[in-house]
Amino acid sequence: MSMTKLIIKNSFRHTLRVLLTIVGISVAVIAFGMLRTVVTAWNAGVAASSPNRLVVRQAVSFIFPLPYAYKEKIAGIPGVTSVSWLNWFGGTYIDKDQFFARQACDPETIFTLYPEFRLTSSEISAFRSERNACIVGIETAKRYGLKVGDIMNMEGDIYPGSWQFTVRGIYTPRSKTDDATQMFFHWEYLNERMKQDDASRADQVGYYVVKIDDASKSAVISQKIDELFKNSPAETKTETEGQFQQGFVSSSGAIIGAINIMSYLIIGIILLVLCNTMIMTSRERTREYAVLKSLGFTGGHLFAFIAGEALTISLLGAGIGIALLIPIVQGFESLLPRGWFPVFIIESSTYVLAGSSALIVGIIAAIIPLYRALTMRIVDGLRFTG
Amino acid sequence: MSAIITISHLTKTYKRDKQEITVLKDVSLDIAQGDFVALMGPSGSGKTTLLNIIAGIDRPTNGEVMIDGTNIGVLSETELAKWRSRHIGFIFQFYNLIPVLTAFENVELPLMLTPLSKSERRRQVELALSVVGLADRMDHYPKQLSGGQEQRVAIARAIASDPDIFVADEPTGDLDRVSAEEILTLLERLNKEFGKTIVMVTHDPQAAHRANIVHHLEKGDLIPQVPS
Repeated sequence: MSMTKLIIKNSFRHTLRVLLTIVGISVAVIAFGMLRTVVTAWNAGVAASSPNRLVVRQAVSFIFPLPYAYKEKIAGIPGVTSVSWLNWFGGTYIDKDQFFARQACDPETIFTLYPEFRLTSSEISAFRSERNACIVGIETAKRYGLKVGDIMNMEGDIYPGSWQFTVRGIYTPRSKTDDATQMFFHWEYLNERMKQDDASRADQVGYYVVKIDDASKSAVISQKIDELFKNSPAETKTETEGQFQQGFVSSSGAIIGAINIMSYLIIGIILLVLCNTMIMTSRERTREYAVLKSLGFTGGHLFAFIAGEALTISLLGAGIGIALLIPIVQGFESLLPRGWFPVFIIESSTYVLAGSSALIVGIIAAIIPLYRALTMRIVDGLRFTG
Repeated sequence: MSAIITISHLTKTYKRDKQEITVLKDVSLDIAQGDFVALMGPSGSGKTTLLNIIAGIDRPTNGEVMIDGTNIGVLSETELAKWRSRHIGFIFQFYNLIPVLTAFENVELPLMLTPLSKSERRRQVELALSVVGLADRMDHYPKQLSGGQEQRVAIARAIASDPDIFVADEPTGDLDRVSAEEILTLLERLNKEFGKTIVMVTHDPQAAHRANIVHHLEKGDLIPQVPS
């Protein structure tokens, strides 16, 4: 018989109680993982943002456009290496429940500024050369069974009317945290329609994306851009892409904060559940610990028995919880409206946090029983009747 | 025969709230190697306390306890634990077997503290269980055994690591007469055939009759008596 066998036999002495504890820990780990995944999804835009990209938007609100004429002025600022621009299109594809980001862009610069959206050179040139061409992310392509050459018909809302696009490329994201659901089409295509339908909305840009040569100069360059358009009818607000994304997320900051707190409270719940089990277990075994001590087992042995038992239970619970987390997150994502979270993945840090929390909880849960066992006099333990 | 246990001017006091209770008063006692000693006396006389101090699971307040040349009073807790594992075999009134372990595993428990290999441990456990007549019950769990059998497993656990001294606290106190006789016969065999020193606390005069020396304790004082 080995120490490990003894620890395992002891761990499952009260099968029902231990199973309930393991289930409790598993459920808590699943809840923790789910909440962390939601927070990760919420912050995905911030996480994926580049430090050397700036976003220039209307100072009053993102919903107000900027003149197209700003492009050349921004490009002339020292430190700016490239300028691109986009307009949020909105619109309806198939029906109103089908959501993914659709934006009009400058086909010449967009994929230079966003190298994380990977396309072949033939796809890029095909996209550039056709006025109503579009590029879609691989997730969107998979979702609607789109392939190169397919037509996408859309009904505009921000830009009313019927719109037709031809898929000329499908981009793949560089990493799992990059959004693989977006759609891009020519800004010129949109602008031409505006010139025809509503001239007051022509030559307007939703926001500029500016690439700079040195991320450490972002504050200085942002200030220079904003100073350039000060006291104009369309003042700008320039910030890093991360800050821009954070602006969207921070409107839900309180909710995310609450979710974050809840996820850590769950760790506390695991701790209480396991502590309760371990304290009950060790109390019942007071006499046995006394017997073991009388036989010559030392404090080190008792530490191995008690901590080993707590760790067996906590790690088993965490293991089961983590194993179930993957299908549960996938199931949860399928219940959400399509495209609700462009990136909905369990980050490896979530696994590490769940696993290490279980490890720490196992050790903490062993402290009180261990202290009692170590400080108990053998003669008192042998007299213990429960 | 030379003394394996020498107790000199042993005093033990407990503090309960603010009151100090003296359980053993200046007890001096020699127990020779191979003796079978019974400690008798009414409840509260200090016999179990004396046994616990001899076994190294309690410490004297004053006085000295020398066992086979070692003053156990000066050993640290870890040293004392190691010393117990080598020199003392425990037999408790309520057997104190681990319920989730089989008879074999219970007997093997003290051998986990030795450097013996797995096969040597197996041999030792089988030998111990055959000495107590339970070789055919080694895969049984304590709840599958009778009280007498459980106590025999406990004795096998005590003899497995081949200690010099056995301490038995009311080893027959929880058994019927037939089982009690079997256990006492077993202890007698350990003493006579294997030359083990046994110190046994008992209330039972018939059990004490198996010992070759009986010491009586009264309110912490030792009154030696030598039977036939």
